[in-house]
Amino acid sequence: MTTARPGLVLRIAPVGMYHGRAGALIERALIVYGRSWVVLVSGALEPLLYLLAFQIGFGKLVSTVAGPDGRPMSYVAFVAPALLASSAMNGAVFETYNMFFKLRYAKHYEAVLATPVGPMDVALGEIGWAMLRGGLYTVAFMAVTGAMGLLTSWWALLLLPVALLVSFAFSAISIALVSFLRSTSQLDYIQLVLMPMFLFSTTFFPITVYPAALQWVVRCFPLYHGIELMRGLAGGFFSWSMAGNLAYLLALAAFGVWASTRRIAKLLLT
Amino acid sequence: MATASTGRVVGPLHGAWLRVEGHWAWYRRYWLSTLYSTGLQPVLFLAAMGLGFGSQVRAGPATGGVSYLAYVAPALLVAGSTQLAVGESSYPVLSGFKWQKDYLAVTATPVSPGQVLGGHLIWSTIRLTLAGLVYALVALLFGAWQNAGALVVVLVGTLTGLACGALFTALAARTFDEGQRFGLLFRFVLIPMTLFSGTFFPITQIPAVLRWLAWLSPLWHGTELARGATLGGRGGLAVLGHLAYLAALVLIGWGLAHRAFYRRLVT
Repeated sequence: MTTARPGLVLRIAPVGMYHGRAGALIERALIVYGRSWVVLVSGALEPLLYLLAFQIGFGKLVSTVAGPDGRPMSYVAFVAPALLASSAMNGAVFETYNMFFKLRYAKHYEAVLATPVGPMDVALGEIGWAMLRGGLYTVAFMAVTGAMGLLTSWWALLLLPVALLVSFAFSAISIALVSFLRSTSQLDYIQLVLMPMFLFSTTFFPITVYPAALQWVVRCFPLYHGIELMRGLAGGFFSWSMAGNLAYLLALAAFGVWASTRRIAKLLLT
Repeated sequence: MATASTGRVVGPLHGAWLRVEGHWAWYRRYWLSTLYSTGLQPVLFLAAMGLGFGSQVRAGPATGGVSYLAYVAPALLVAGSTQLAVGESSYPVLSGFKWQKDYLAVTATPVSPGQVLGGHLIWSTIRLTLAGLVYALVALLFGAWQNAGALVVVLVGTLTGLACGALFTALAARTFDEGQRFGLLFRFVLIPMTLFSGTFFPITQIPAVLRWLAWLSPLWHGTELARGATLGGRGGLAVLGHLAYLAALVLIGWGLAHRAFYRRLVT
């Protein structure tokens, strides 16, 4: 009976938000997706379709654009890291659609919190799963872009940790934000934020296209910082501004964990 | 608008129109939350791809000699229409049968399943035309239209949307699970269709072995019609062919949906 003791202590004295059981949520996600793995795997193909469209279509309309160092670079090589960052973002945010239904309709987290699992376990577990999913898509995408010769530097290996960081930050923030939504029609708001960010964060054209005032608006988008970082790494361009991009994403991730834990605790424990 | 029961059975068109009134009553309250899918999405694409990406494109043979903004504007209207129509005809229709069950409630009155379907299609037509007009006005401010052919583009958008919407309605009426197939169809049919139907670049850039896929796509036929209306350069016979293809899809979708609605709501 000694093994039951720690559980008992945690049940009767919930001192903290975190009980070290975030892995249980990831385990659950693996079991659930084990039954519908087609949905999971098919997500990896979507950015590849975009890449194909850029290779045969858009890349023929625009052969070169100004790269991060100002010199012209191939358009497809310009877009590929941006698509990678966007797919890391999309993968993480779409997972929160599921979270919304679990939160509002299935009463999933009420059940979870009735066990010795705290709100921070929930937040970290959901984020961890989003990162795993995002990581899977990143590896598939990197393999294809690498085979196409679009990754021109060994620094490109660092794209994987950066993609995981982007997944982490967006997942954490969107868990906090989705907890404010009340009805399914409000899910449209997610698209309302996501789509402009996807279209305008220098994904498809360099920031110099914008007037100076708008350039500063674009610099506020979190996705812009993910794309800058990835574009720099994919081509081996380095500058001090990349430290700023990294700091922005780290700060966003930290704030996201704090905010999502707080929101889950507020919604479900009070 | 509350009226006392007359005890009279409504006529076929009136029954469908009552459904349109029902949709309108919902829309009047919630139009703001659907603003993104109704009007904003194609406008955002026009700004990003037409203005932003277009600033990097030099007008040439691939764009038919016009600016990229003018090239992509009519096609984006049609693509937006298709997205909206498919969105309106997938989960919402399934919900009418399965979750909210309003189709079951309505057919418990003298309104028939065929009228429920008719109401849905009429409402889709109104929504699509409205969304097309909003987009056309904004695109006008962007300076994206060459001539008044833009008004024809709105109608082409409605027709193309209706073709895809009717087919999706038929599919939704035959869907009995939680609609997982919609997610897969969006990902593997709708997105590739939007990318490879000549919306952003001519389909002649697609390798010849795969080009027939674009010919099957209703979006390509709509895009050709829309470009023909504003930019010209399409022969009369080609225009008739595109129109006939889209009209046939509307009729096929409608017919299939009609059967499925009766099968699911009557027996």
